[in-house]
Amino acid sequence: MLKKRLIAVLILRDGQVVQSVRFKHTNVIHYDAVHAMEAFNKWAVDEIVILNVSREAESRDQFAKIVERISSHCFVPLTAGGWIDDEEYAQKLLRSGADKLVLNTALLNNPNLVQKLALRYGRQCIVASVDVKRDESGLAKVAVDRGSKMIDATPEEWVSKATQLGVGEIFFNSIDHDGARKGYDIETIKKICNLVDVPVIAFGGVFTWDHLVDGINAGASAVAVANQFHYTEQSTRKAKTFLANANIMVRKQGQSLEPVKN
Amino acid sequence: MMRSGVAIVDYGMGNLRSVQNAVEHMGFQATIVTNPSELSVYSKVILPGVGAFGQAISCLQQTGMVGALNECKSSGTQILGICLGMQLMCALSEEDGSHEGLGWFSAKVTKFGSEAGLAIPHMGWNGVDFKRSDILFNGIVSGDDAYFVHSYHVVCDDANDVIATTDYGVQFSSIIQRDNLRGIQFHPEKSQGFGLAMIRNYLEMPC
Repeated sequence: MLKKRLIAVLILRDGQVVQSVRFKHTNVIHYDAVHAMEAFNKWAVDEIVILNVSREAESRDQFAKIVERISSHCFVPLTAGGWIDDEEYAQKLLRSGADKLVLNTALLNNPNLVQKLALRYGRQCIVASVDVKRDESGLAKVAVDRGSKMIDATPEEWVSKATQLGVGEIFFNSIDHDGARKGYDIETIKKICNLVDVPVIAFGGVFTWDHLVDGINAGASAVAVANQFHYTEQSTRKAKTFLANANIMVRKQGQSLEPVKN
Repeated sequence: MMRSGVAIVDYGMGNLRSVQNAVEHMGFQATIVTNPSELSVYSKVILPGVGAFGQAISCLQQTGMVGALNECKSSGTQILGICLGMQLMCALSEEDGSHEGLGWFSAKVTKFGSEAGLAIPHMGWNGVDFKRSDILFNGIVSGDDAYFVHSYHVVCDDANDVIATTDYGVQFSSIIQRDNLRGIQFHPEKSQGFGLAMIRNYLEMPC
């Protein structure tokens, strides 16, 4: 039977791993993303998501190089996203070693690209990133372009649109919960999990391991963590043990073997 | 001539680099081989692959790889098919019509039924249960998890060819073996310690 996945997220700005608080990225956590990834690889994480949140499109090439460096040490699936706005760059990230691609702003600006990529590489390769923020009345609405642009669509409408375009997975985040240490936006996650039959990854706001259990119980197939994994030693192992103790089916093993020399 | 070294077959499909990374991580070298005439010098040949069966088999035919691979098979080269590479070793695939494969295993490739209400593709970490002993399993534990991404699975005519199974609504063949041929449905190069150990066991296999 398929296990629930525990995902580590690396947020990169100008090539450095940064902390994300309500989509503001001021504190650098690691100067070299490869070091952060190596720690996750050694521990029990099931998948790594790496996102380029740089403000400038010129960061694309540097990011692809980092994906390439990371993938040569990464022996779990690697998902990459940020600034994917044409087929050529999508292919470049895949050739650099990404197994899956995350698209966000393209869902609004270039839905045709999302559709084409899903046809060309298969739906399992294309992940829709859906960021939500609550308006004054408390209603959840979708934002794109690293949270800078609100659009008039509910999360339910947006995930339906994404799955119609052919995406194979939803990567959900809440701008209000991001870095706020109050757990995931469970209410919205429940709604979208009830609506779509593709896996939903819950992200944004984890502070205690209870929050992971809440995400799974809300219907998510995978739970993702960024900031909180960087600050404690062996954090992914602790998180996974906590999930297992809560009777959630997770992968037990995770230790990489040391290289064997001839 | 003595055959030696590891080749990864490049026929224009899939992520060869991640397989090569895993081989290098285990302390071995692997050469990506595009020219079929170069294949005969290697003692180990890895056939990877991601994508559609029909397109893959016609790429293998057009590049002349089919003949070279058949020659490797008859001369005892240890061949490892991964994911689509495993499926290509079978007689027939039902993916988008009907396509003949390499025919090394008397087996057909068929789609998961949706009657169990399970999502297709089968994607994520799932347990691999060993059905009999094999050199690939040295030092690893039956039941541990591996990373799968696929919508079609292999059904062997001879149950003896199936050396490991996985449960996804049905018990499907996750590893098959006959003589010098082995096929793995999951991605060992993306399955951390469990998959890397399997790759190491393959690389250390005597020829």
